[in-house]
Amino acid sequence: MDEKKRSEAYNRYVKAKIPKTKAWPSLFNSFLVGGIICCIGQGVNDLIMLWFPSMAEQTAWAYTLIVLIFIASFLTGIGVYDKIGKFAGGGSIVPITGFSNSITSPALEFKHEGIIYGIFVKMFTIAGPVIVTGVVASFVVGIVYLFI
Amino acid sequence: MYYLWVFLIGGFVCMLGQMLIIYTNITSARILVTFVLIGVVLQAFNVFAPISEFAKAGINVPIIGFGASLAKGAMSAAQSKGLLGAFTGGLEATAGGIAAAVIFAFIFALIFKSKTK
Repeated sequence: MDEKKRSEAYNRYVKAKIPKTKAWPSLFNSFLVGGIICCIGQGVNDLIMLWFPSMAEQTAWAYTLIVLIFIASFLTGIGVYDKIGKFAGGGSIVPITGFSNSITSPALEFKHEGIIYGIFVKMFTIAGPVIVTGVVASFVVGIVYLFI
Repeated sequence: MYYLWVFLIGGFVCMLGQMLIIYTNITSARILVTFVLIGVVLQAFNVFAPISEFAKAGINVPIIGFGASLAKGAMSAAQSKGLLGAFTGGLEATAGGIAAAVIFAFIFALIFKSKTK
């Protein structure tokens, strides 16, 4: 068997062994969990607006996101968020709670490599790309707005 | 009543993310990057605000909202401060979220132990 054939056979073998996520249930789960997380966010926002009626809407949203980030970070710490993630897939990644999870999770996991090289460095393995994309893209948008 | 729309739209956005996972096998970092970019683009063409008025948390809680506030910050700061604003606006608008994520991650990483998988 030449090399190419062998790697093809291997790929087929891997494909057969990978556990298949059934498409429809996982779509439904992500819809359900994502929707619930957004509703929790709306609830937090409504409570903040109720307690501080004079607060600007944008400030209230900033606090809302901070509360959600806190909750997700805590749930990641006690190991609950990963369980939600296994069930919900995209439903737990796409909301801002997923961003928070993507920072806390590697920080926890690589803690044993030390504070600086473990927690500080690994914290940004997923968040880093997100922040770079956001900063560069928003800079481009800002520059465009300067000229129109 | 608007909670229904929050649920439906938020759920739909998250389902799009799950579809990306299933049909293209992309990693969660790429999903987050993609959705941030979607948010930046929506805001750049001024379509985010009307959606947000209607969908509220349904579009603000998904990371699309994070991208939109990055772009919004850069746009308004560019108008008020000029070139410097284009540099500072995006991070200024999202500093709260990023700082919160980093601070809480640090605290909880110190407190808790990683669960064996």
